[in-house]
Amino acid sequence: MSVEFVKTDESLPPVGVIERPRWTPGKIVLWVAIAAVAAVGWVMVAVVRGENLSASWFVAAAVGSYLIAFRFYAKFIEWKICRPDLKRATPAEINENGRDFTPTDRRVVFGHHFAAISGAGPLVGPILATQMGYLPGTLWIILGVILAGAVQDYMVLYFSTRRNGRSLGQMARDELGSVGGFIASLGILLIMIILIAVLGVVIINALAESPWGVFSIAMTIPIAVFMGIYMRYIRPGKVIETSVIGIALLVLAIVAGGWVNANPAMAEMFHLSKTTLAWSLMIYGFFAAVLPVWVLLAPRDYLSTFMKIGTIVLLAVGIIIVNPTVQMPAVTPFASNSEGPAFAGSLFPFLFITIACGALSGFHALVSSGTTPKLLEKESQARLVGYGGMLMESFVAIMALVAAICLDKGIYFAMNAAEPLTGGTAEGAADFINANPFMETQTTAAELAAAGEAVGEGSIVSRTGGAPTLAMGMAHILHQVPGFGGQSAMSFWYHFAVMFEALFILTTIDAGTRVARFMFSDWMGNFWPKFRDPSWNIGAWVSTIVMVGAWGSILLMGVTDPLGGINTLFPLFGISNQLLAAIALAVVFALVCKIGKARYAWIPGIPLAWDLAVTMTASWQKIFSSDPKLGYWAQHSAYKQALAAGETSLGTTEGVDAMRAVVRNTFIQGTLSIVFASLVLMVVVMTIAVSIKSIRTGPMETTEAAFVPTKLFAPAGLIATKAEREVEAQWEEYRREHGLAPAGAVGVSAKEKAAKDHGASGTGSGSHADPKEK
Amino acid sequence: MSSFAAAVARPFKAVHWYLKEVMGENAYVHYLEHYERRHGTREGAMCEREFWRGLIDEQETSPKARCC
Repeated sequence: MSVEFVKTDESLPPVGVIERPRWTPGKIVLWVAIAAVAAVGWVMVAVVRGENLSASWFVAAAVGSYLIAFRFYAKFIEWKICRPDLKRATPAEINENGRDFTPTDRRVVFGHHFAAISGAGPLVGPILATQMGYLPGTLWIILGVILAGAVQDYMVLYFSTRRNGRSLGQMARDELGSVGGFIASLGILLIMIILIAVLGVVIINALAESPWGVFSIAMTIPIAVFMGIYMRYIRPGKVIETSVIGIALLVLAIVAGGWVNANPAMAEMFHLSKTTLAWSLMIYGFFAAVLPVWVLLAPRDYLSTFMKIGTIVLLAVGIIIVNPTVQMPAVTPFASNSEGPAFAGSLFPFLFITIACGALSGFHALVSSGTTPKLLEKESQARLVGYGGMLMESFVAIMALVAAICLDKGIYFAMNAAEPLTGGTAEGAADFINANPFMETQTTAAELAAAGEAVGEGSIVSRTGGAPTLAMGMAHILHQVPGFGGQSAMSFWYHFAVMFEALFILTTIDAGTRVARFMFSDWMGNFWPKFRDPSWNIGAWVSTIVMVGAWGSILLMGVTDPLGGINTLFPLFGISNQLLAAIALAVVFALVCKIGKARYAWIPGIPLAWDLAVTMTASWQKIFSSDPKLGYWAQHSAYKQALAAGETSLGTTEGVDAMRAVVRNTFIQGTLSIVFASLVLMVVVMTIAVSIKSIRTGPMETTEAAFVPTKLFAPAGLIATKAEREVEAQWEEYRREHGLAPAGAVGVSAKEKAAKDHGASGTGSGSHADPKEK
Repeated sequence: MSSFAAAVARPFKAVHWYLKEVMGENAYVHYLEHYERRHGTREGAMCEREFWRGLIDEQETSPKARCC
């Protein structure tokens, strides 16, 4: 082991440690053991399969693979492309303002980043993909994250950090020119609208006809407002205390939902149709975007972050303790035919579209650029936060997959077949499943009715969208954990899971509508400068109404779709998210070529090529396929012709109005597919042009921010090495000698010391007398 | 005995510290530290209530993207 210390100022302790670790026998044994765990996991999952395959093998395959990828592939990318400069100050250090630019402990940035990238997406996609069996989804989630998703997140984070935390849209403009930048920004806005709309459909499918769910989700609004008032006027800054009170009220709301459900008059009041819920969601979205943030948005965000950490730990503990047995086969016939009930289309490309978050998610590029770079202490931490954060999200997706594949097949298919197929009744669903040769299972109406009864829902038939299935799967696992209430607690855990999914989605809708509103008013400002003034209320309302109208109309279309909505819209969601990934990877690809590392452009090039193959095939099929189940336009013209011929029904669609709705919906979906695909193709063409030019002319003019030497030290990895701890101790000593406050958000010991030295009360009673308070 | 108690308390303290940091509860403390580094004193820094108001109101115009 050779260690070299890097300094930027002779009077200061080192700012970096360069270690060239040797392979000791202990380390070799450790990594061989990790590789063995991964290999055994994969062999059990992919080769042995077996009747009684248990969930722990999935955990072994996933975690083992993640560790190897993080240690070897991410490190390789770091050496070959990113080459973090230990002497270079990050945007957080240079622009430190005690607010959004704050050098923050790497483990804390990891938490912030993870909370921002994860949500309902990685929980829903794997559930729907389960219809093809567990193996395709497992392979894509694990290999996809290693070669695509984590690479994207890491490289975007790294490049944005080098560029003063610039956003993806700004980087696209810098690298691809103003036209490329404009197209990329337009794409980002459109994609965001689709994302919000489809997440809205997911949550409405979970809440419709469920008084229990509607009541407990509705209660989150007064709970959030109460938290907002509490934090603003009663206990400012007591984030954890407020969140704990919020969670307690939330649990109470879930329990109270059961009472509401048991009372016929109350149940009737909260028994809402999908259309009513869609309008409620739009009204809610409007107010969430125009009301002061402290009222609704900020407290909901705290609640959501707290729940994210809590539920993921809960699910992990549940899977490890219960270790459920897998019910779904490795591959079902739906992988090779296009007959799957949850979504249409064959494995390639639609599996890779359906599982977006968890394997590769373009949306993450919006967090990795712009937000997270403003917190990093060192460039060398980008690997942990960007690559590592995405591995964590992938693990969440694996856990969601496990929850779904351990469910009874009959229940899974009954929940995920759209209403036109099942007729919405237990008898209809049982008949449909028993008659379907590809589902390879038999069930009875009584079994399905009992499953609905067990979770306190009238029925679980055709509860599409993934969220209810995840809730069912979680309830199935968690009620078996000793001390978690047993069979009688099934309904509590089901509604607990619905609640947190709804909470994540509402948080995304709140924040997304607000972000979209600002993007829109910024764009309007080109024509009418007053729109850029955030204090101009009319402008804010107009922008908000336009944005809510945009996602609201797609949402309404989705929930009233005579063909089931989610199975036609979810592919659009996946395609748009993956197209955003194509834009992000294209920008990264161009950057790698421009900085003269074209030799390693295959690192973002492989996921880019794969992603383009997937999204373009999917778009092509959605636009041009002559199979009406798959192609939007084929369906469009089939219904149009039937209407022209004077028919009043087609397939499962009954009535002229419903048929007209299909004509309208397929027109919108088909048009959106064309627009998205064209925008992305334009970005890719510009990327190729820029890349070829830079390979010919050599490294081009840099868009990097100017070099500023750092005066900070922080370890790079999750666990500090011995040398890093030594340097940390030197800095602590140095600060003590010079009577300096610790820099940024540092570890426990330094924090306590700071509190002691300066009398600042971080944990105390809140009676801290500030100098300014005279 | 006290060292044993400290050893038991350590992980709990670490979790508490981590939760506070990730949830943002320590934002004011960090602001004061930042203020002191910049101005050499805490004289003139915002009081806690004022700081929290400013912090939350700032999100008014710069919302953070939350992914799906």
